[in-house]
Formats: sequence, C-alpha cells, structure tokens
Amino acid sequence: MIDVATSRPAPSTVERSGWWRSDGSEPVRRNLGLVGVLALLLIVGMVTRPDIFLNGHRLWSNELTVMTQASSIGVITIGMTFVMISGGIDLSVGALLALASVWSTTVATQSYGPGVMILAALLVGTGSGLLNGILIAYGRMVPFIATLATMVAARGLAQKISGKLTQIVRVNTINKIAEWKPLGIPLLVIIFLVVAVLAWVLLNRTTFGRRTVAVGGNAEAARLAGINLRRHTLMVYALSGLCCGIAAVMVTAQATAGSSDHGNLYELNAIAAAIIGGTALTGGRGTVVGSVLGVLVFTQIYNLFIVKNLQTEYQLIAQGVIIVAAVLIQQFRVAALRRPAPPGA
Amino acid sequence: MSSGVGATEPLLRLTGVVKTFPGVRALDGVDFEVTAGEVHCLLGQNGAGKSTLIKVLSGVHRPDAGEIVWSGEPVSFNSPQAAMRAGIATIYQELDLVDELTVAENVFLGHEHSSVGFVHRGPARRETRQILARLGHPEIPVGRVVGKLPAAGKQIVSMGRALSRQARLLIMDEPSAVLAHDEVANLFRVIRELTSGGMAVIYISHRLEEIRQIGDRVTVLKDGRTSAANLPARTTPTRELVGKMTGRSIEYVFPARTAAPPVAATSGGARPAGPGDGVPGPAGTNTPLLEVDGLTRHGEFADVSLTVHSGEIVGIAGLVGSGRSELLETVYGARKAHAGRVLVGGRPLRPGSVSAAVRAGVGMAPEERKSQALLMGEPIYRNVTLATFARLARVGFTDAGRERAEASRVTASLQLAPADVRRQVRTLSGGNQQKVVVGRWLLGGTRLLLLDEPTRGVDVGARAELYGVVRRLADEGVGVLLVSSEVPEVLGLSDRVLVMREGRLIHEAAAADLDEHTVLDLVMAGSLQASEELP
Repeated sequence: MIDVATSRPAPSTVERSGWWRSDGSEPVRRNLGLVGVLALLLIVGMVTRPDIFLNGHRLWSNELTVMTQASSIGVITIGMTFVMISGGIDLSVGALLALASVWSTTVATQSYGPGVMILAALLVGTGSGLLNGILIAYGRMVPFIATLATMVAARGLAQKISGKLTQIVRVNTINKIAEWKPLGIPLLVIIFLVVAVLAWVLLNRTTFGRRTVAVGGNAEAARLAGINLRRHTLMVYALSGLCCGIAAVMVTAQATAGSSDHGNLYELNAIAAAIIGGTALTGGRGTVVGSVLGVLVFTQIYNLFIVKNLQTEYQLIAQGVIIVAAVLIQQFRVAALRRPAPPGA
Repeated sequence: MSSGVGATEPLLRLTGVVKTFPGVRALDGVDFEVTAGEVHCLLGQNGAGKSTLIKVLSGVHRPDAGEIVWSGEPVSFNSPQAAMRAGIATIYQELDLVDELTVAENVFLGHEHSSVGFVHRGPARRETRQILARLGHPEIPVGRVVGKLPAAGKQIVSMGRALSRQARLLIMDEPSAVLAHDEVANLFRVIRELTSGGMAVIYISHRLEEIRQIGDRVTVLKDGRTSAANLPARTTPTRELVGKMTGRSIEYVFPARTAAPPVAATSGGARPAGPGDGVPGPAGTNTPLLEVDGLTRHGEFADVSLTVHSGEIVGIAGLVGSGRSELLETVYGARKAHAGRVLVGGRPLRPGSVSAAVRAGVGMAPEERKSQALLMGEPIYRNVTLATFARLARVGFTDAGRERAEASRVTASLQLAPADVRRQVRTLSGGNQQKVVVGRWLLGGTRLLLLDEPTRGVDVGARAELYGVVRRLADEGVGVLLVSSEVPEVLGLSDRVLVMREGRLIHEAAAADLDEHTVLDLVMAGSLQASEELP
C-alpha cells in the first residue's frame, strides 16, 4: 500500500494543546503565574501583618527593602540564567563574589580609589569566569565539576588574601552606593533593574543570546550549523563571572566591608531562583523576566519570615521545600510536553 | 531444511500481521513461520519492515491486526518481558548489556538467583560457566566486567542470557555487523550448536554470502509485505532474491533530470554550461565545485576521492556502517580527517572546522534530524536561520522581522504546510521538519549541499516534494552530494552514483547506466556477479 520509507515510523504530528499550553506564549503564562504568586504572598502579608502590609507608606518602604535584598542575588541569578540556558551550571558564583569583594577591598587596591576598586572587582569576576569557561570548553570538563573546583579554590583564595579578616571599606564613594537613593529608589535596585534590562536585550535581541539558546537547546545542531561551541561556552561563563563582579561591588557596599564569607550559598539561591523562573536545567529554555520574578518570589518569602520574626532555620527549611517543589513542577511540565511521542520511535 | 510446510508444526507462525504508525503502514500483512531447529533468514531493503517485525515478535510493538501462533497457541505479547517469558529472546544490534557488571551478572540480569533480596553469586557463576561451555566459549571469565570484552565476547554473553532464560527462539539483528571475519565463523559455529539442540533462530543480515552459509530458509520482505516465503537459503539464485527485494509497488516520483546531460562517469569531465549556471565559482568551470582527494579516517573509510560539479547531484549508495555518513561529516568538517583533503571551488577547506565549511558555502542536512539538526522547542524561522542569523543581524543585534521574512520566503518555496513560521518545529510532521533542515541552506548562498538520508521518516508526498526541491537547487547551480540507504532514491535522484562498501568507493557510474539490481549487488556483495547472470 504505502511505501514505507524507513524502519522508523514517521513522528506523530498529533499536538496536545489546550488553553493552558500554547506554543509561543508559554513563558509569558508562566511569568504571569509568578506575578500571581507574588500577589498571593502580599495577601498573606496583609493577613498576618496588616500593620505593615495595609499601611501604604510602610508597605512601600518594606518592598524597597525586599528589592534591595534581591538586588545582588538578582544580578548573580541573571548570569546564572545565561549559563543554564546554554546547558551548563555555575556553582562558583558565591565564591567568585567573595573573591572579587576581598580583592577589591585590600589595602593596596583601596589606595587607588573607588574606580580601581570597582574595576578590580569586575576584572576578578570576569577573569575567574573565563577560567571556568576554559576548563569547560577547552578542558572538556563537566560544568558541575569544573565550577565545583573553582568554587572551593576561589573561597580559599579569598580567605588567604583577606587573612580571614573583614576588610573595612574606607573609601566613602563605595559605601555611598548602598546609601544613595535617587528619586527615592535605592541605587542597588536601579543597578539590578539596569542589568536585567541589558540582559533581556542580550538574550532576546542579539546574536549572543540566540547562540546561547541554540547551544543549550541542541549543541550538536548548533555545531553543525557552524556555531563555534567552545568560544560561546567560554563567553557565557565569562558573563556569569562579570555578574559576580558587579554583585561583589553591591554586597561590599552594603556591608561596608569585603569578606571571604560574602555570597555564602548564593549559588544555591541563584539556581533555585532561575528554576522557579522557568529556566530548564537541561538547557535551551529560560527567560530573564522569569529569573527576576523568581528572585523576587524568594526574597518576598524571606521577608515574610522576617516580619513574622521566625528563626532562620525555618527559612532554610522553606527554601529547600520551595526548590524541590519548583523542580518537580518543571519535570511534570516537561513530561507533559513529551508525552505525545510517536510509538516506539 | 524442511520444505514441506505442515509436515512439522512450526514453532512460530504469523499470518497477516499489520502494524501502522502515524503516516506509515510499516507492516502490511506479513506471513512468516519458523520451525524448531532451523535458521530462518529475513531479507529486505531498508524500510521493508524487518525491524518492525522483530519488535512485534519481541513484544515491543503490538500488531494492529493479524495472528501470531507460538508453539500451537495464539498469543499476544504486551511487553518485552512477556515475549521473554514465552521463550523469545532478541539480540539487538546495539547489545543491551551493562558494561559495568560482570559476565555472570549480565547473564542473570533481571532473574538473579536470590533470597530475600540477597544475590547468590555462586549458583549464577556456576550456571554461567555451564552456559558458556555450551556455547563453546568456556574461556570467557564469568567474573570479568563485560565492558572489557571484545564485541564478539559480548555477543556470546547476550546469547548466554537467552539460554539462561530457556529461550526457544533467538532473534539476531545483523549480528555480524560488529564482528571481524574470523569471529563471524565462530558465531556460525555457535548458532549451529544451538539449532542442533532444537532452538530456532531468526537471522537478519544484508550480506547474502552469510545467508547462504548459515541459513536454512529465507523469507523476503518488501514494503511491509512478505514477497517470498520459505525459499531454500543455499540454492535460491541471487538474482531471484534480489528480484524479490526490489520491484516496487509504488513508483518513486522523481523529477526529470536536467535537459543538459549530466557529467559522465569519467571524473574530471566538465559539465556543459546549463541553464542557471551562473553560480559563484571559478570561471572556466573546469574546476569541480567539490574535490575530495584521498580522504581517510582510520576505521571509518579510506582513500576516498570524488568530485561534485556545480549543478550536479552525486549519490553515494552503501549500507549502514559502510562509512558513508562519516565521509559526509568529514567533508563538512564535523569530523577531522586523518589524511587527504577537501577542496571547495578549488580552495582547500580547513580540516575539522564546520564554520570554515559553512563560510565556503557548504551546507549539510545530517542523518539524525532531531538530535543533529533541529531545536525542537524553537520556532520554525529560528531553525531556518540557525546558520545565517548572524549574517542577517546588524552589529550583533538580531533582526527577527527580517529573519521571519527570509524564512517565510524559504518555507513558501518548499511548500511547507503551516504558513506561520513562528510555530514550534516540534509540531511539524517528519517531512516538514526535513524541509526546515534543507531550507536552512537555501539562505546565505549555499553552493554545495550535503544530504544524509534526506527522506528518512518522510511520507510519500513530502518525499516527492523534497526530490523536486533538490533537483531545482541543482538546476540553479548548487552541487549536491547525497547519501541514502535506499537504492531507488540514489538512482532516481542522482546524475552520477558512487557505491561505497566497507569504507571504500568501489564503483562509479552515471545513474542512467545503473539499475537497482546492480547497485544492490555491489552494495551487498561487492561484485557485479548477479547482474552478469541477467540476460
């Protein structure tokens, strides 16, 4: 009857669709869902602490606090989002932040003034990210192992440089970064939003962003289309390192000190926020808006714990539960997408 | 062996088995029988339905219609485990052993001797030793990790697993493909040992000489149907076997070749300037578009030289494993050659660099569409522009509007069914996905197109359209190098045909001077023997 072209059956063209899942708008729906979660958290706040959440002035100042707390981890998460979309992972972000913060606050660096301090932080971050990229792209190491190694080494180097001592920042300009509030909005929040907007443009409107999605979505297809896999991988990790450098300046300014203890567990928080924001652990999928919302959801939950005066141990437990829930939800969604596979292909 | 059907009740009998997948009828009424103690060979071209038939027998697929009678009783296997329990064991091409476990652990994998969860290693080892002795390989150490065994040894372990489950029917899918010559002789000895003990074997191979050596009877499949059943394996003439495999029920729809005669078999002959020959390329056109000179990759192919001219379609016929896909990928720079060189338009390509090949105007549609070519979750247009988005961009900023316009132009010219290029590639049929892959190279001035199995998993209608597209590209001056396991496709689409066998090009001729029999003979036996038998 029909000429059978091949031993493999033709893939099914059957498409499962419904109001909750349509092709192009899936990230948009997910992000709207996250906005819904944020609204829900505010309602929880209104019920449990009406004195803060139903008072316009106090609510505004509380939410500015949330945004400020979210700013440095937010910048890190944005770098992590690029790495994860490209199919990798960067466990070294927290340690790179510490290293950059310590390096830029040594007595020697401080003597050159604020410009050199910022430059030092950015260069240390980017340089360490480049090292990650070289290990992964050219040393062919698994990203998990390569960045695990740099995580430990960078933390150790930071302790060595600082002598495990807090390095007080004596350059006032740096400390001002955390205090300055143009138009009533903290500069840290503005930095976060500017980085987010630039990252959105980079991911959605540039060849760099397109390559990132292609490499993470199907590395072999990208390679066979002429994309230089190694060079791109290198650049993605360097970008993550640069984000660590920026975040290092922000954290240092907030703490008015550099310390090898800065950025503790930031890698976990950043990965968790990116996953909540819809970034696929398998690569090829993720949005900047989603990651920003993911960070805000996380920080808002923290904030609720703090205003309710709950101990940090509860925060940690809640954090673990949220991460598990986010990954489970993502896996169910992926499974649902794959279900209409052809029989026995 | 037993030619008298009905003299002995067959161990297994299939009548009118049908299996349909979306878009294809893989099995369309297969009749097949195996008796105990015989080696029954299954023969058929790629896509004839052999693999599907095996999967039906081993419980992977359930047939839509037809009857399976197993030792006198109608059965329906709803899982591989059910078929295994009934006594049917399958040894697939990619052996399903766990490399990290020992020989004994592999043999008893899934049915370990155990009590309350603790594995008894002693009995397993002892019985494995007995089984290996029965297979004539007592020298294989039962405690050795399987990953350290050679391919032949792994195959013995697979057969040992079948024995340990008291299998009465052993299905072997191209078992010789991974073996060296002397190991094949050894395998045959083991198979004879098993059949003399009453086991039945279904043996699948493309190599006719093996079928003559080991087989008792042959059943030939063609287009999902039994085209000949129970032929004597040793005495049926090659011509008859090949004849039963070819001769299609549906004609392939190939576009007419260009009016200008294609380049003749003599390599180096320049193609006369045809319509639309104004392709970028060295003037004079005496230089071929693609020149491959002594290209070698150890263990894959050796000393391959060929040319492709502008406007010419050159087809490579060969079996899976003949080195054809590896050759194509090496020309493209996705693999690095150990020796030899590749010239495009007279200029050597940097070895092992895909981007250099793409810059020189070379494009490739790889064999595995999903894993090698497509971003399934991305929209059509981004897949079409995957190799060109950087060139369509302005100082690093992508231009989605322009990309969509260019992609729409391409998909329209390919008659791609959904007009909206923002649809995800995931939602397209196999044929349309392949059009997206080919369409990628219609942008950005591709001069040479490498096609690896361009119609695998593509339905008949889309297939004819793809053939039309390839011919049209050639008419516009693009050179095409095509690889396919389907001989009619190579013959119908190409101007010139190269036959590849075991890593070497063994024959070259104008497509018009070849027929399916001749090419199949060359591909399978490496000689012109059968066609010489023809009047």
